[in-house]
Amino acid sequence: MNKKESILKKPAMQTLLSSLACIILGLFIGFIVLLFIDARGAASALYDIVRNFFRYPSAAVALKYFGNTIVKTAPLLMCSLSILFAYKTGLFNIGVAGQYALGAGLALYTALYLQLPWFVCIPLSCISGALLGAISGFLKAYCNVNEVISGIMLNWLSLYSTNMLLYSVKETASPYTKNIVNVNHSALLPNIGLDKLFNNNQYVTVAIPLAILISVLVWFILEKTKFGYELKATGYNKNAAKYCGMKEKTNMILTLIIAGALAGLGAAMFYLTGYEQWQCTQSSVPGMGFNGIAAAFLGGLHPIGAIFSSLFIQHITEGGAYVDKKLYCSQISDLISAIIIYLCGFVLFMKLFLNKWLNKRDEKKQQQEGGQA
Amino acid sequence: MENQYAIEMLGITKIFPGIIANDDITLQLKKGEIHALLGENGAGKSTLMSVLFGLYQPEKGIIKKDGKEVRIQNPNDANDLGIGMVHQHFKLVECFSVLDNIILGVEPTKNGLLQKKEAREKILELSEKYGLKVNPDALIEDITVGMQQRTEILKMLYRENEILIFDEPTAVLTPQEIDELMQIMRNLSAEGKSILFISHKLNEIMAVADRCTVLRKGKYIGTVEVANTTKEELSRMMVGRNVEFAVHKEDKTPGDVILQVNGLTVASKLHKNNAVKDVSFDVRSGEIVCIAGIDGNGQTELVYGLTGLEPVKSGTVTFKGKDITHASIRERSVSGISHIPEDRHKHGLVLDYSLEDNMILQRYFEPEFTSKGGTLKRPNIRAYAERLIDQYDVRSGQGPITKARSMSGGNQQKAIIARELDKAPELLIAVQPTRGLDVGAIEYIHKQLVAQRDEGRAVLLVSLELDEVMTVPDRILVMYEGEIVGELDPKKTTAEELGLYMSGAKRNTGSAKDAGKEAVVNE
Repeated sequence: MNKKESILKKPAMQTLLSSLACIILGLFIGFIVLLFIDARGAASALYDIVRNFFRYPSAAVALKYFGNTIVKTAPLLMCSLSILFAYKTGLFNIGVAGQYALGAGLALYTALYLQLPWFVCIPLSCISGALLGAISGFLKAYCNVNEVISGIMLNWLSLYSTNMLLYSVKETASPYTKNIVNVNHSALLPNIGLDKLFNNNQYVTVAIPLAILISVLVWFILEKTKFGYELKATGYNKNAAKYCGMKEKTNMILTLIIAGALAGLGAAMFYLTGYEQWQCTQSSVPGMGFNGIAAAFLGGLHPIGAIFSSLFIQHITEGGAYVDKKLYCSQISDLISAIIIYLCGFVLFMKLFLNKWLNKRDEKKQQQEGGQA
Repeated sequence: MENQYAIEMLGITKIFPGIIANDDITLQLKKGEIHALLGENGAGKSTLMSVLFGLYQPEKGIIKKDGKEVRIQNPNDANDLGIGMVHQHFKLVECFSVLDNIILGVEPTKNGLLQKKEAREKILELSEKYGLKVNPDALIEDITVGMQQRTEILKMLYRENEILIFDEPTAVLTPQEIDELMQIMRNLSAEGKSILFISHKLNEIMAVADRCTVLRKGKYIGTVEVANTTKEELSRMMVGRNVEFAVHKEDKTPGDVILQVNGLTVASKLHKNNAVKDVSFDVRSGEIVCIAGIDGNGQTELVYGLTGLEPVKSGTVTFKGKDITHASIRERSVSGISHIPEDRHKHGLVLDYSLEDNMILQRYFEPEFTSKGGTLKRPNIRAYAERLIDQYDVRSGQGPITKARSMSGGNQQKAIIARELDKAPELLIAVQPTRGLDVGAIEYIHKQLVAQRDEGRAVLLVSLELDEVMTVPDRILVMYEGEIVGELDPKKTTAEELGLYMSGAKRNTGSAKDAGKEAVVNE
């Protein structure tokens, strides 16, 4: 009995349980919404969402679609790493969406217009994201401007800058940018044989192992290095960090620079596969950034947890596309995945709830024992 | 026979997971008496009061009001029974007037409109009756701490509370204000109010209380008539052993000047005036210099200026002959200045870090703890933390991996002291190092400060506690409104004289040698 409790009280276990609870609750509420819209197809629609590529009876086809899911997981993971890295330093990097957008802009511009190879495009993407992070960080550190405010403003600035920048490499007949495959092969990320694993899915590239590697790297920096020690100290208690002589302002700016670079890298990892083109008439920042927030929290703000939470969120987002469009309008998939993602943000709340419940139970037990004694 | 008790708490037992906070405690408050509740931190005073206020439900025991058993489920029940409390940290709205604060929550209204006139009359009547001088229209942020406390007392009286609880009420007051408070408490009890006075200051209990109940480690030790007991007896009951009040230190001739402050001016963050105005003094090796004064007279900003937490406006700070006026915090720390900060939660600790991570806060960058590649050397950190924990007797639930947040205040402070003293600093700046600690811990910290001095280090102590100011240092500098208004010799001065300097009624700006003489002249 005692042993069971001690497991429940472990923070890692609590995070896992809370994340699962959020997922279940999210699916449940999504189901209720579906019931309200049209009760006939609710169950199968939800099933479609959760099933995603498993719907294909052929293993080979399923594998190919699984490949598509992970191709989009890589940038999501980068965005969630960006969020959680800044969060550990006590900053909320809502500018991740803009950093991602500008990163995409730079990646595509350098690939399509300047015809540079991928290993040059990637760093430029990173730098553009980092630059946006630096602006937010500088404003926060020296002008006391909240990073959320400056982040949101920069999101719009970078969206429209990207639209303008990419107008020069747009298809004449459509609002989309040209396909890299047709313009500059050297800008495509190398497959390093991974495409073969996924039934010749050409979009599965080095980006995927790279994203996982970076997750581990982020974990290493935060947990094992002096730099991480300083960053977290600044995040937990800015005043104590200052008191012991850490450069808390520099740390803040540096954190946002790294967070911005991660987001920019995420954009390059996605757009340099040629999987999707940028729509130059877009009037909202890509959802990838905001989904990254949910993924970060669902993963318990842990870099390794983020790998799995990003995969899950991308999985249901993709799955949403399979919902029966005869019964539900085409936005339904977005709505349902949004509900689930939204609930994913409640992990911390769930944890609190769980702890309260555990404490109460302990107290009751103590009382009983006390009564007997 | 009429029941003589206003409130009785009989056999109260309150258990928290892993700890018995109150173990069969009995507290009987007579009508019209001043009853002291004495105990160290963690003795169970707060828990007992929370039970009385209905914040916790006891496992065992009953509460009686005027002889009748009552159930107190929540603070509203306590209010209805006429129980009121002045908290250690006041619960006042800063930007509201005294009047507004007093009526907050029980505003007299007619047709939904405030009737302040009635309230004002009632307040003036009460303040007249009990000698509580306040200006009902002054804003809380503009009045002194003593006045704020009077506002809190008036709040209770306005609600017609019969049982008044004072939680460590003297911690923030000057000696003169303490005397006034004592008189107010006597007036209140003479008017038939029953007072429960929570404190660990024995002098005050001896001065004002009729009876005293002592708790130790959650247990009821006893209730004594104050008239028939002594300070030593009470402290023995509280701590469970004899406590030395006197700080033992040998006479010592100070050595070289370690810290030299010249014309230091530091701007205030709160108001437009300078918080520290043209302050000059020095601290030599092998002496303890104490900055005394009432809270908020520039001590905090002075320390910020010395440690680099805030920039200096003008003047110079010289440490071991080197100008450090504009040096970074890290440079100062590495060159041999240790700082025990005023607020251990704000500056001293990263509460969400483990104890071991807090232990290395000032040295994590040293080669002992960080490799050339920038990774932390965890085994070394663990070993270092274990040594400090052992050497300074820092107690915690899980040793080095305990979260600092979960430790008791005394042990948090011990951890900071361990960290700062282990640096073997040439100058130790200790700001209110004993704040909120119990007698045992205070004794320990005072011994450590004297030990530093005896080893030939310079110690700058900033203190608000009169007992500490009188016993620990070799020299006292009194700060009033950002200036040093007097330099006193603790052996030659008295608490009363110190109080006059602290409240700005008296000043000398001469050097230490003729401080005594000038004071006489001023009189």
